[in-house]
Amino acid sequence: MSKKALFLEVNCYTFHQNFTDGFWRDMKTDINKENIKGVVDIIPAYNEVMIQYNPLSTDLQSLTEYIRLLQNKLDAVVLADSSLIEIPVVYGGTHGPDLQFVAEYNHLSVEEVVQIHSSTEYLVYMMGFTPGFCYLGGMDKRIAVPRKKNPRLKIMAGSVGIADQQTGIYPINSPGGWQIIGQTAIKLFNPYRTPVFLTQAGDRMRFVPI
Amino acid sequence: MDTSKIIIESPGMLTTVQDLGRFGYQQYGMPVSGAMDGYSFRLANLLVGNPVNAAGLELTLSGPELRFCGAGVIAVCGADMQPMINNSPIKPYRAIVVKDGDLLGFGQLLSGCRTYIAFAGGLNVAVMMASRSTCSRAGIGGFKGRVLKKGDEIPIGKIEGGVRLGIAHAQAIPDYQNPRPVRVIPGPEAGLLSAQGQRTLFKDLFEISHESDRMGYRLQGKDIELKDVSGDIISSGVMPGTIQLPGNGQPIILMADGQTSGGYARIAVVTSVDINRVAQLIPGESISFVVVGVEEAISLNRNMFKLLKSVGPLT
Repeated sequence: MSKKALFLEVNCYTFHQNFTDGFWRDMKTDINKENIKGVVDIIPAYNEVMIQYNPLSTDLQSLTEYIRLLQNKLDAVVLADSSLIEIPVVYGGTHGPDLQFVAEYNHLSVEEVVQIHSSTEYLVYMMGFTPGFCYLGGMDKRIAVPRKKNPRLKIMAGSVGIADQQTGIYPINSPGGWQIIGQTAIKLFNPYRTPVFLTQAGDRMRFVPI
Repeated sequence: MDTSKIIIESPGMLTTVQDLGRFGYQQYGMPVSGAMDGYSFRLANLLVGNPVNAAGLELTLSGPELRFCGAGVIAVCGADMQPMINNSPIKPYRAIVVKDGDLLGFGQLLSGCRTYIAFAGGLNVAVMMASRSTCSRAGIGGFKGRVLKKGDEIPIGKIEGGVRLGIAHAQAIPDYQNPRPVRVIPGPEAGLLSAQGQRTLFKDLFEISHESDRMGYRLQGKDIELKDVSGDIISSGVMPGTIQLPGNGQPIILMADGQTSGGYARIAVVTSVDINRVAQLIPGESISFVVVGVEEAISLNRNMFKLLKSVGPLT
């Protein structure tokens, strides 16, 4: 994926630059460690890192230059080990109201969709959308399907879904536009538990049909 | 001296404990939350001599009734809900001394949507993930992770560094009666808008639908047209103020409890000065947009903080 032009969003002062594949996770580690003046928060995504900055604490030009400097040092960054998490899933029926649609859209049987979805080891590329929600990479293109044109106002916690070439789990009740194919009882976000979050970017995940 | 506290005698429509938001956790998908109108929130805190991030209350559409146990100092800013102490009107936008047993109540909403109450010393609720803000969707933070109910008792923190009794000057007081277009900057996917879509976004009036809340405002109006059939993008970062465009052509303005990433085209972003005004609009009202450049957005933001600094120090 090619680099795009520098992009700026200013609300609580956001600076957003697109990076090439694989760079963003290194960049996030680096930014987290560096504790850069004026950086308020960061959101790493598939192929971009959103850096929220306070323009009263730093100016955009200095920040941009500093980020470019970090980018040039990326090879020297050491990443932490990742862990594997297994998620038991009940596929289809009332737990997966859109499983039939996913199958029909891709000219597959429901069983084939389940088999394809559960036989991949996914990489947690990023977290977002709601607390604990993991964006997983590596989904088989054969079960890809567009997101719903009219987002649902409420999707139950534990719902497993697909949108375009992504799959993921809703950790809390939430509105959303994904096609829902199954359900898990695992809580990826529990504010009363240590750890609050079971996953982080860089972990690996596998779905187990039950 | 005994610790002060407030007792909720009636909760109002939607009252929550908030501060300026939860930062450092957006990478795990945790929303920022916090006061939807950060300007009014900061102003209220400054008037009572608090740090701008001290926890206070956010009121929505109709206010609560609070009983004070112990003396204190408060300030009320934001929407005009006709504040009263012991059924006598009090002035907003200035510090007010309250006595043990005083009852703070509110009348009908006259303008705006959200009102803020600051308490000298701040509301003393537990810090969760670096903030006292409530994210009721996730059930965490603030007072027990939820909106306030009758009977809730919330302690007020000790006043540090002496009481301040500030009064806001007229220039610092916003006018919610005169609608103006909301200033936005182009979003990362602004280039996906067709010429027609740009005209719709920047000339038409949209209505704030009733499916609007702290997570986002769903707008209704003419469909906004994109060049492509689908504006869906790979999941990318979003934040309060981001305007998303789902396939149905009806935009959503993400607000304080909104998600931190999403796959709908980000066609515009509300500027930090005007997100406060958006927070003061109610369902059924109209909204329109005008685009500004990043430099102007930063300059407007700087001016807003200059105005706040003239009221008190921004710690």
